[in-house]
Amino acid sequence: MKVLMKGNEALGEAAIRAGCRHFFGYPITPQTELAAYMSKRMPKIGGTYLQAESEIAAVNMVLGASAAGVRAMTSSSSPGISLKSEGISYMAGSDLPALIINVQRGGPGLGGIQPSQADYWQATKATGHGDFQVLVFAPSTVQEMVDLVSDAFDTADRWRMPAMILADGMLGQMMEPVELPEEGEHASTEKPWAANGHSNKREHNIINSLYLTPDKLEELVVERYKRYEQVKATEQRAEEYLCDDADVIIVAYGASSRVARSAVNKAREKGGKVGLLRPITLWPFPTGALQKAAGHAKAFLTVEMSMGQMVDDVKLAIDCRVPVHFFGRTGGIIPTPGEVLAEVEKLL
Amino acid sequence: MATIFQKPHALTDAPLHYCPGCTHGIVHRLVAQAIDELGVEGRTVGVASVGCSVMCYDYFACDMVQAPHGRAQAVATGLKRAKPDNVIFTYQGDGDLAAIGTAETVHAATRGENLTVIFINNAIYGMTGGQMAPTSLPGQITQTTPYGRDTDTAGYPVKVCELLSTLDGVAFAQRVTVDCVKNVNIARKAIKKAFQNQLDGKGYSIVEVLSTCPTNWGLTPVESLEWLRENMIPYYPLGVYKDIDAGVKKGGASQ
Amino acid sequence: MVFAGFGGQGVLFAGKVAAYAGLIKGKEISWLPSYGPEMRGGTANCSVCISDEPIGSPLITAPNYLIAMNLPSLERFIDGVEPGGTVILDSSLIDREISRGDITVYRVPSSRLAEENGLTGLSNMILVGKLFHELGFCTDEVLDEAMQKCIPQRKAAMLELNRRAVALGARQ
Repeated sequence: MKVLMKGNEALGEAAIRAGCRHFFGYPITPQTELAAYMSKRMPKIGGTYLQAESEIAAVNMVLGASAAGVRAMTSSSSPGISLKSEGISYMAGSDLPALIINVQRGGPGLGGIQPSQADYWQATKATGHGDFQVLVFAPSTVQEMVDLVSDAFDTADRWRMPAMILADGMLGQMMEPVELPEEGEHASTEKPWAANGHSNKREHNIINSLYLTPDKLEELVVERYKRYEQVKATEQRAEEYLCDDADVIIVAYGASSRVARSAVNKAREKGGKVGLLRPITLWPFPTGALQKAAGHAKAFLTVEMSMGQMVDDVKLAIDCRVPVHFFGRTGGIIPTPGEVLAEVEKLL
Repeated sequence: MATIFQKPHALTDAPLHYCPGCTHGIVHRLVAQAIDELGVEGRTVGVASVGCSVMCYDYFACDMVQAPHGRAQAVATGLKRAKPDNVIFTYQGDGDLAAIGTAETVHAATRGENLTVIFINNAIYGMTGGQMAPTSLPGQITQTTPYGRDTDTAGYPVKVCELLSTLDGVAFAQRVTVDCVKNVNIARKAIKKAFQNQLDGKGYSIVEVLSTCPTNWGLTPVESLEWLRENMIPYYPLGVYKDIDAGVKKGGASQ
Repeated sequence: MVFAGFGGQGVLFAGKVAAYAGLIKGKEISWLPSYGPEMRGGTANCSVCISDEPIGSPLITAPNYLIAMNLPSLERFIDGVEPGGTVILDSSLIDREISRGDITVYRVPSSRLAEENGLTGLSNMILVGKLFHELGFCTDEVLDEAMQKCIPQRKAAMLELNRRAVALGARQ
């Protein structure tokens, strides 16, 4: 039988079942249950739970553990992710896989502690300094949080880049029934690049992001961007809900996609041809699914718990072929299905 | 022909980029020698920190990881927790360890992470061109203290061994220098002990090496050594600040 | 359904029992708590959805059922209750009249009943008993199983008290 779990705890259990034995964290609302869960579970399975002195230290411990070749993760909420951005940039520059979870809250600054999606830009465009991307997964249910944890670890290992799960306070705090994967179902990846001791059998491995020669640095960045193109071609994920005949398509991810789904159902009850396109990966952005939808939809409406950070990505994905409208609430407020429905009806 | 002296195996053949008279080279050698003597190169991972010594990842023949500025001991913590059988050391300058990385240093120490920390204290930021370091002496002229370090506005130097020896998590803290053969020998033993402690599972061990920076001090190599003896050693007394084996605990709550 | 009251009255737990009953019955369910400082002394609430269909927004603004354990909670949610909906309130703490005529209101003096019957702290479960009695959603056995799921082993002694509270609520 399925078990009822809080999103934050489900993330932790899923990570353990995906073979992660190293968690480095720091308390912050609304992700703290994840750290607490790991502190309970890790010692019992010979894993490491370490409460670091700061978010900065925590992400760099992840860097060290990942450099040693193990699956490692950290989690935080918005202000803490800003602190982690340094380490994320270094991991990207050192081609290290890792999992970073952001259970978003309102911002900027200390902001609030209620659910938000205002870190979209940070996650998809500015996770740190320099030319790089991280994989960004956006679950919308507790079950999907579980599923995407192992997916994120596998994908990060496959492409040697950090992955982020962009959740929010609502998903982290809510309970839903989940089916957990069996332990050991996860993929295991050979990591010949790891700095885990050369045992006098190979040249020494160097995990590094410093290249003082511009030509060399450019070459490596360009190489990395070629890899990103492959990631874009193969790792886009999105769910379409009643899109086939839809005149208006709502684009929403995570918590706001749940609200949007309710609004779609209400609109359909009234005969409105409305669908939902839900990005599951925010980077790579599911441009393929959007382009297909733009073939028949008359308008798009992005629904976000931010001031509209995803709008431009939707416009770019469809080359502005149809109008892209926006409705959102921010500061920690979850929009209601009624509010979204009212916006949709303006477009029908 | 019998070999009576050779470069340690744990150093690569890459030519060092350090300035003439800089003592990084000597300390690199001592670290490599300790790795050789203990026979642990194959399971040693070093952490290079931001500063002049960042490129030591090219010089040490063991696996190496380059850490963000100040984060070497957090990275080392991750490496050690992931592979406890590996031997992990950090090689950090004063700006890295005692300014931007103070939190990482104090907390790795207080957790008693089973690490070996090599701390190069030359009282200045070398790589960026000679700015005030957390360990610059009162009155010391640097690029950013052109009238001398004024303790009213720039505060006092951080005494790392004294500070860390107050923490229960620290197993071993010793301040050494490499200005003469006698002191190089003392430093060699201290560094080896800091590695041996890790092999024995004793916990956090730090060796602070008072070092020179002729280029940014504006002195010749010989003058630099004199300046170190006359100014640094009086302010930063050499010696063992903590050793849980010998029951030495200077500057701590309980003597 | 929305469970609302003071922090410490057990509204989150009550919601969890309801959610588990839904899970055991094979329904789609979600449980969403309020969180943060308001959990201490202020108002706490949780939204529980039990549905045959996948659940969209788990945040309920228009509940079919409202379980209100104090006046601020009643005032916050009463206007949103769906027409035809049901309100179950603790009448020993809430003496306000309800003017809406399009909803059913059950007044249960659950705090007083809990005190009188040696069930201190289980006012919430008395209301759960009443809720499930009126819902007719599941058998007593299912509800019992849900309680067993929600009470950790180390608090096993609480199970019997919870059962008594639920049974008492069902008789109101």
